[in-house]
Amino acid sequence: MIGAHLPALQVVVPLLAAPLMVLVRRGGFAWLLATAVSWVSLAIAITLALRVYESGTISYPIGNWPPPWGIEYRVDAVNAYVLVLIGLVASIVAPYARLSVAAEVPRDQHYLLYTMYSLCLAGLLGMAITGDAFNLFVFLEIASLSTYVLIALGRNRRALLAAYQYLVLGTIGATFYVVGVGLLYLTTGTLNLADMVVRLREVQEIRPVLAALAFVTVGMGLKLALFPLHFWLPNAYAFAPSAIAALLAATATKVAIYVLLRFYFTIFGPSLVFERLPMAEILIALSVAAVVIASLVAVFQRDLKRMFAYSSVAQIGYITLGMGLVNEPGLTGAVAHLFNHGLTKGALFLLLGGVALRLGGTNIDRVAGLARRMPLTSFGIVLAGLSLIGTPGSAGFISKWYLVVGAVERGNWWLAILIVASSLIAVAYVWRFVEMAYLRAPQAGAAERIEAPAAMLLPAWIMVAGCIYFGLDTSFSAGGARAAAEALLGGLR
Amino acid sequence: MNVAGHYSYWVTIFLMVAGLYIVIARGNLVKKLIGLGIFQTSVYLLYIAPGKLIGGTAPVLADSFKIYSNPLPHVLILTAIVVGVATLALGLALVVRIREAYDSIEEDEILEKDRGEEDPR
Amino acid sequence: MRPESALLAALAIPVLGSLGIAACRRHPDLRETVTMASAVALFLSVLSLVGPVLDGARPEVSLFQVLPGIGFAFRVEPLGMLFSLVASGLWIVNSLYSIGYMRGNREQHQTRFYVCFALALACTMGVAFSANLLTLFIAYEGLTLITYPLVTHHGDDEARRGGRTYLALLLGTSILLLLPAIATTWTAAGTLDFTDGGILGGRLSDAATGALLALYMFGIGKAALMPVHRWLPAAMVAPTPVSALLHAVAVVKAGVFAVVKVMVYVFGVEQIADLKSVDWLPFVSGFTLIAASIVALRSDNLKRRLAYSTVSQLSYVIFAAALLTPLSVIGAALHIAAHALGKITLFFAAGAIYTAAHKTQVSQLDGIGRRMPWTMGAFVVGAVSMIGLPPTAGFASKWFILSGAMAAGQWVSVAVIAASTLLNAGYFLPIVYRAFFRAAAGEGHGEAPASMVVALTLTAAATIGMFFYADVPLGLARAVVGG
Repeated sequence: MIGAHLPALQVVVPLLAAPLMVLVRRGGFAWLLATAVSWVSLAIAITLALRVYESGTISYPIGNWPPPWGIEYRVDAVNAYVLVLIGLVASIVAPYARLSVAAEVPRDQHYLLYTMYSLCLAGLLGMAITGDAFNLFVFLEIASLSTYVLIALGRNRRALLAAYQYLVLGTIGATFYVVGVGLLYLTTGTLNLADMVVRLREVQEIRPVLAALAFVTVGMGLKLALFPLHFWLPNAYAFAPSAIAALLAATATKVAIYVLLRFYFTIFGPSLVFERLPMAEILIALSVAAVVIASLVAVFQRDLKRMFAYSSVAQIGYITLGMGLVNEPGLTGAVAHLFNHGLTKGALFLLLGGVALRLGGTNIDRVAGLARRMPLTSFGIVLAGLSLIGTPGSAGFISKWYLVVGAVERGNWWLAILIVASSLIAVAYVWRFVEMAYLRAPQAGAAERIEAPAAMLLPAWIMVAGCIYFGLDTSFSAGGARAAAEALLGGLR
Repeated sequence: MNVAGHYSYWVTIFLMVAGLYIVIARGNLVKKLIGLGIFQTSVYLLYIAPGKLIGGTAPVLADSFKIYSNPLPHVLILTAIVVGVATLALGLALVVRIREAYDSIEEDEILEKDRGEEDPR
Repeated sequence: MRPESALLAALAIPVLGSLGIAACRRHPDLRETVTMASAVALFLSVLSLVGPVLDGARPEVSLFQVLPGIGFAFRVEPLGMLFSLVASGLWIVNSLYSIGYMRGNREQHQTRFYVCFALALACTMGVAFSANLLTLFIAYEGLTLITYPLVTHHGDDEARRGGRTYLALLLGTSILLLLPAIATTWTAAGTLDFTDGGILGGRLSDAATGALLALYMFGIGKAALMPVHRWLPAAMVAPTPVSALLHAVAVVKAGVFAVVKVMVYVFGVEQIADLKSVDWLPFVSGFTLIAASIVALRSDNLKRRLAYSTVSQLSYVIFAAALLTPLSVIGAALHIAAHALGKITLFFAAGAIYTAAHKTQVSQLDGIGRRMPWTMGAFVVGAVSMIGLPPTAGFASKWFILSGAMAAGQWVSVAVIAASTLLNAGYFLPIVYRAFFRAAAGEGHGEAPASMVVALTLTAAATIGMFFYADVPLGLARAVVGG
């Protein structure tokens, strides 16, 4: 009975948890509830994914209003995958958050933070699961508004400015998206994505459709930090509370990428986006710029959180690059990288949270000799860093492999070389940490062991283990990505 | 092209560009939010204007009414207005906090105060 | 033990060993016992595979699918058998030696050292037994990364610089060139499994094959083909046991082993024998062979001289394989084993000299042969094997390479081999001369710790032994070319 309503529950559970937390106003209770909600979300996401892989797309009419009139929740191979990613990351970050948040956020704000955490989760899950273009906008704003608050809760005053800047840019992005949707609505008369696909094929006058494409691209480009629309990201990640930075780095941009994938491949269709328009070339050019420039900028950062934030911009470049390849391996690589990079960056930010807790900051000079003081944290950062580089045997390698194969298959030799060459820049910034932590003595008078508490280390190491595990057994990460790529390239069948 | 006939679009575009311009060109954080508000408002117009038919009524099924306006855009924009208000409220709240922390709401002054302080916590 | 279980055991023992070593970190004696026990157990399980493999069995194990159609899989074939036999056998001797060296020099972080060493051996076994290119690649990169802490063991500025060069060149070449090469192979052939006769089988044009070969040859940086050889001298900042087993045997041999494996099982020797576009390889490897010897000739630092000698000898293997005749491929396979025995002896001797006399330069070695007769005696054996004179292992492999070159009528190649032999003599014999025929200066000292002397005597004996009892290595080498 309840099984039939899982798509709705996926969003409703975290959404309802939020007001409950505000009513109770207790930090501990809110944390417990947030953790429970995350785990329930993960369970629902996995159940939905299994169901999709078994018997195909699930369509769920909200309030029993049949689509296209009512809002439809629609789960297929693509968003089932994204839902699992969000659920997984949230379930790992939530237990971690208690100690980290206790150290970084004033006590009376704890329950508000978890409220926003649940709302953000609801928004992200909603964006992924909904089959309605306007509903998507609403969830986008729920996720964004809660994110602004979460970032502003960072303990440095610059977090406020970072949140404000993200608010302005994020709102512009969301508004661009809604303009695009408005144009599509004007031409097709529908907001249901599946219905829109059918009706768009009959549209003769495509100029408004092209305008819509441009608006959606820029709007989502801002949200997913597509180079050069990424300016909000480094500050937001660097100044947000550590647990929140991990959540955002692993999920927020990924969902925006999903939306863009959905619009490019399902709604507008590859033939319009990539054959009539040079979007593939534009995407590839921007992605290459992102990968190279952001990686280089990362090398010269003095702060580790900011360094990995720039690295995120670069890694997002890999994902959009895979989109631009428009073939199955490329797209598989892009979708797999959503997941793999989510895990990798999540792990890194969780571990950096431990560093910030013990050292009071994550400046590169502070981590001298860290390997002796926090051996498990340091080693975890190295392993996750290897996955970031894309060393074989790590999750990052799998997605890079698909991207390289995609580039070779497309005949873009220079692109294949560029993908692998840019990994070497990642070696440069990861090794700055390695040399600092392992090959330098701790600063004078700081030799005692100060390993992060187990409650923070364990979640982080689960993610690190995931970085390795999904580099060896890829039946879910790459298998699911492949199914998603097939679904995207096959349109809405 | 029927320039006059599309005047509602011209108004929309004007508001959109004006709003964006304010956001970019102004250094005052509150003025930026005002620009953002104008920018968002332009979208309300984009949705609502095409939904209105001259002489049309609300879609109440009755023999005396033949032409109906589309109510859906209104409903959508009601939601969008709520979102816009929430964004503005949050933005202003942030500005208040920024003013408390920096004693200024001018972007360049704030950036000046943060210069040289590189270590995020 | 069934061959499949022996194969799994060979992969698992070093990993389990490393866990055991880490667990015994507070008890050095117990820790070293675990190292020795793992080394012996590994060697025995590898040894138990030799019989079946010589009889034509090819035990294989597939653990899981990394990518659709590409498993994390292992398969024992003759070349890998030979390589793993040499590496695992020498690990025993090297462990013995390490104990003496690490304690004699009071090195820091000894547990980390032994743990990384065991894991490096696990990766070496992974390279040796890999059934496809992806498994090879994973183990190959693993080997680079796990040896990094060993190279930077001392943790000072010099180690950091050496480590940077080491990592930049090895990771750089493998990611930049090898990975695209593997991806191209996958796109062209649809498989990455090592198959007798090659998998490319004319699927690529002549020019593309040549380009792909270049990607492989320079991508496998561990084979130290010039100009990507610089990491090897840089790695000499490591403690000597590391230079001995890893940078004379395991790591560098993993490189040339991968090169030979790619040529035999991916390209197929017959398939590319007639192609014009692969003719450059003998020239590049021949150049490396000569040029590295000249650099060795001019180096005063003993370990650096040995390192360049290794670069040169590695090119022998590539050079031999690139001649693309069955005889020379046998020579290449044999040379992997022969050079390993000889070079580890030389490094052992260098480490013994450093431990006993704290000398690192060739010019300081006057008269040392009289003070350390065992050490320098073993050094002579190693040097003779490097030059390729009987009765040492180096003679056997050079003989096959030379015969292959002559059979193919490649007189330029014959000349290169002859020239390099002279050069080898040119940089080794002066050391021998100094050690035995010049008067000693400075304070007196005796031999290095006993465990080190035993170790280097054993490897010297093995170098001679392989000349007289070459059945097993020769049998395996012949099986590589299917004869």
